[in-house]
Amino acid sequence: MQNYSYFRDMFFSKWIESLGKYMVLLGRTFRRPENGKMYYKAFLSDLDLLGINSLGIVAVISLFVGAVVTIQTAFNLDDPLIPDYYIAIATRESIVLEFSPTIISLILAGKVGSNIASTLGSMRVSEQIDALEVMGVNPASYLIAPKIAALAFFNPILIIISMALGLVGGYLASIGGVMSAEDYIYGLTVDFNAYHITYALIKTFVFAFLIVSISAYFGFYVRGGAIEVGINATKAVVSSSVAIIVSNYMLTQVLLV
Amino acid sequence: MIEVKEIRKSFGEHEVLKGIDASFYKGKTNLIIGQSGSGKTVFLKSLVGLHEIDSGEIEYDGTALGGLNRKDRKSLRTEMGMVFQGNALFDSLTIEENVTFALSMFSEMSAAEKKDRADFCLERVNLPGVNQKFPSELSGGMQKRVAIARAISMNPNYLFCDEPNSGLDPKTAIVIDQLLQEITQEFEMTTVINTHDMNSVIEIGDHIIFIKDGKKAWQGTGEEILSTDNTEIVDFVYSSELFKKIRRKL
Ligand SMILES: Nc1ncnc2c1ncn2[C@@H]1O[C@H](COP(=O)(O)OP(=O)(O)OP(=O)(O)O)[C@@H](O)[C@H]1O
Ligand SMILES: [Mg+2]
Repeated sequence: MQNYSYFRDMFFSKWIESLGKYMVLLGRTFRRPENGKMYYKAFLSDLDLLGINSLGIVAVISLFVGAVVTIQTAFNLDDPLIPDYYIAIATRESIVLEFSPTIISLILAGKVGSNIASTLGSMRVSEQIDALEVMGVNPASYLIAPKIAALAFFNPILIIISMALGLVGGYLASIGGVMSAEDYIYGLTVDFNAYHITYALIKTFVFAFLIVSISAYFGFYVRGGAIEVGINATKAVVSSSVAIIVSNYMLTQVLLV
Repeated sequence: MIEVKEIRKSFGEHEVLKGIDASFYKGKTNLIIGQSGSGKTVFLKSLVGLHEIDSGEIEYDGTALGGLNRKDRKSLRTEMGMVFQGNALFDSLTIEENVTFALSMFSEMSAAEKKDRADFCLERVNLPGVNQKFPSELSGGMQKRVAIARAISMNPNYLFCDEPNSGLDPKTAIVIDQLLQEITQEFEMTTVINTHDMNSVIEIGDHIIFIKDGKKAWQGTGEEILSTDNTEIVDFVYSSELFKKIRRKL
């Protein structure tokens, strides 16, 4: 019993310590840039590397998942009393509310999160972060703020594209034999609530922030060498995924209930 | 001038710096020598504030580093240049971008002016024509020289070099040593260099601090080190047959 409480206390004190360090890092991140132009340059290159670079994978996944969701919904609603266009409504809602903002963000947590953590981690172990610091540059701000800005700006765009392509995927599946194109397109417009898009974009924005800041935290404080960089990249992906799932629940409570 | 008073630094149970006093003079090449693992790197990083010291004080021309707020500390740092033991070049940037990084961040120089400055610094370390290459495309010794070029790009008042000529051939090592001494004198810098290269010690050792077991075991000049009777320094310097021979001749 004593052992149990010892481990529990260790676990919580560690957790609280990490949370504190994370907050301190955030505090250091949001400080005045030394030079707007340099930060803007970093923003553009992060936009390219972390944002635009994800277009391909997001497009492919959205198209296919959109198609699959449509087929599955059709399969489940296979009842002569339910009109076909209900399938399109259901598809639309699952894509807009959950698939695009949450699942795509989870995929990005894997892709972008591991990239950020391992980049910052390598910079830490090769002393590049120290080199910035000695120059008088705030490394947290210079290395992390542009990444947060890039994803907070671009992920909502990416999610809109994902929604559109998901619906296109659904369309392709319907004309592939599930239902008529007219019914599908009609269904997309029925009972459409624009607030659902707002809700999805708010979620995306929060997830983008969590992905970058959590992954950056794991990269920024790496100690050791290549192995530790790898370990922390994995932790970054796991932690940001969990953070997304938990905050998804909390945001949904607040925004939809 | 940098003054260090009684600084201590531990990592967990392991006390690396056990109360070191030292002064580093303006316009002089100040050397820190000591065995591998004696704490030279920890000392240098503590000097610039990369390691928070446990106790003691570090003064830059009378200003205590510990008492500075964030803003003043940052502005003091723009007057520092540092060469890391492992170079710490920005590997995603070209050589020219590395050398001009601080200029881009802190000065209003035009692109052409920055390029001129990069050319100048790279020429001083004997490395012209590599501006557009990336660090990974250069040899270890070339990377070291880029790191030195980057450290002097802002004409720092304080220059810190952690083993600037390890990994260089004897001839280039001397070129680098002489360069460091030249710019130190020319720009009245306070230069602190970690080294265990005895050649540097004798060539450019204006003022030398010998660290052993976390304490300052000796200080003096490059000439004095050859004639001192301090047993610890004799033991350190004359560990090689070559220097034993030299000592017998002296
Ligand atoms: N970040 C750290 N955490 C824990 N211990 C450290 C850390 N940095 C250095 N040490 C320890 O401090 C001691 C001094 O290390 P340091 O790197 O300063 O040696 P050095 O004199 O520079 O050696 P070398 O000439 O080989 O570069 C070593 O015992 C090392 O293990
Ligand atoms: Mg060292």
